[in-house]
Amino acid sequence: MANILVRSVECIGYAVTLSGRYFLTFTEELGRVMMLLLSTFKQLILPPFEMKNTFKQIIEVGIKSLPVVLITAVFTGMVLALQSYTGFKRFNAEAMVGTVVALSLTRELGPVLTGLIVAGRAGAAIAAELGTMRVTEQIDALETLATNPVKYLIVPRFIAGTIVLPSLTVIADIIGIIGGFMVTVYVLGASPALYWRRTWNYLETTDIYNGLIKACFFGAAIAIISCYKGFYTQGGAEGVGKATTGAVVLSSMTILISDYFLSAWLFK
Amino acid sequence: MIEIVDLHKSFGKNHVLRGANLKVEKGESMVVIGGSGSGKSVLIKHIIGTLKPDSGTVLIEGADIAKLSENELYETRKRFGMLFQMAALFDSMRVWENVAFALMRHGKLKETEAKVIASEKLKMVGLTGVEDLMPAELSGGMKKRVGLARAIAHSPEILLYDEPTTGLDPIMADAINDLIIEMKKKLSVTSVAITHDMHSAYKIADRIAMLYEGKIIAVGAPDEIKNSDNEIVKQFITGSVTGPIKIEGVTT
Repeated sequence: MANILVRSVECIGYAVTLSGRYFLTFTEELGRVMMLLLSTFKQLILPPFEMKNTFKQIIEVGIKSLPVVLITAVFTGMVLALQSYTGFKRFNAEAMVGTVVALSLTRELGPVLTGLIVAGRAGAAIAAELGTMRVTEQIDALETLATNPVKYLIVPRFIAGTIVLPSLTVIADIIGIIGGFMVTVYVLGASPALYWRRTWNYLETTDIYNGLIKACFFGAAIAIISCYKGFYTQGGAEGVGKATTGAVVLSSMTILISDYFLSAWLFK
Repeated sequence: MIEIVDLHKSFGKNHVLRGANLKVEKGESMVVIGGSGSGKSVLIKHIIGTLKPDSGTVLIEGADIAKLSENELYETRKRFGMLFQMAALFDSMRVWENVAFALMRHGKLKETEAKVIASEKLKMVGLTGVEDLMPAELSGGMKKRVGLARAIAHSPEILLYDEPTTGLDPIMADAINDLIIEMKKKLSVTSVAITHDMHSAYKIADRIAMLYEGKIIAVGAPDEIKNSDNEIVKQFITGSVTGPIKIEGVTT
């Protein structure tokens, strides 16, 4: 009996230690991300400005993500239209499909899905590139060549992420709405005029720009998290792999969790 | 020129440097020898200020490198050139862009001017016609040469070499040794090299210092080191398994 009691106490103790350790690691990591963010802001406002590098990153993060974003957006719009049409038909509300597609995309799916795609594509690429630079001493080499690696590597990626994500979101919103229109009109045979009327009747500008504010935040978060994971990579090829996975997982989690709180705050 | 006083550095529980002292005179070629994991790389990273000491000081011409502001530190680094163990070339840039990196960034040179200087520096290290290649297309020895060209491109006063001959075949290694001697003669730089290649150390050093258990235990001209009475130094330079130095993870 006493033995079982001792064991139980041991188990509880172990669980507490483990969760404590997780909490410590989490807060330590959060602190280091914040430190990196602060020095990024500092380097962002100090000249010289890394125009050439920033432009290169905008192409890297933005233009190269465009095809995947387009495909995701058009099919999301299409399936939204299909599902809401057949669902809403049950209570004769199929005329509302345009509204559902427009509101879902601009407020929610546009920024979130674009964010997740960019996290998977560009976030992984950023972490892998900076991680490889770290383990092959290229970041140390930058320092010895009197170049601040935060300014040279992180600031351009941070600016690119923050600018590119809302831009991609605008495109995703438009393409998604067009996808929804095509399914509603050409597959389900609804009236095109009604679709557009329902889209514009209930869509407010706040829906669009609050969605874009979310996208800005997601873009900044993906960039800083992926840069952080890559910049502090340790342990050779395995470390680069871990940094890349870590960047995608942490960015995606941050997008999904912060999305709730941002939505609660923005769309009161 | 470079003075290291009572330098301590730990990583977690690993107390790597335990009061290292070393003085390098202007124009001198100092080679620090020591086993793998003895803290040679940590020592050299303190000289260029990418690591900060836990205690002790690193003075570059009298200025404590740990007390410099960020701007002053980056200004001081312009006086350094460093060759990395695996060359650490920027793999997203062409060879000439690697060499001209500091020139274009700090010297504000135009691309065409910088490329001309890069070609000259590449010629100094015995390379021609590689300007437009990517680092991935080069062999190990060529990468080291490009790394050296990059390190000397902005005419530094101090050159640091991190294991310059490691990973090269003996002939290529000796060619690098010759280059290091040539750089010293042509550019009259102060240099610090870390290595465990004794052949290289004897050849390039004015003085050799041995790092053991976080301290410099012996300093002297190559001949003095060769004839040292210190058991630890003797064991290391002859590469013997038996002696006071214990190999980690091996019981004898």
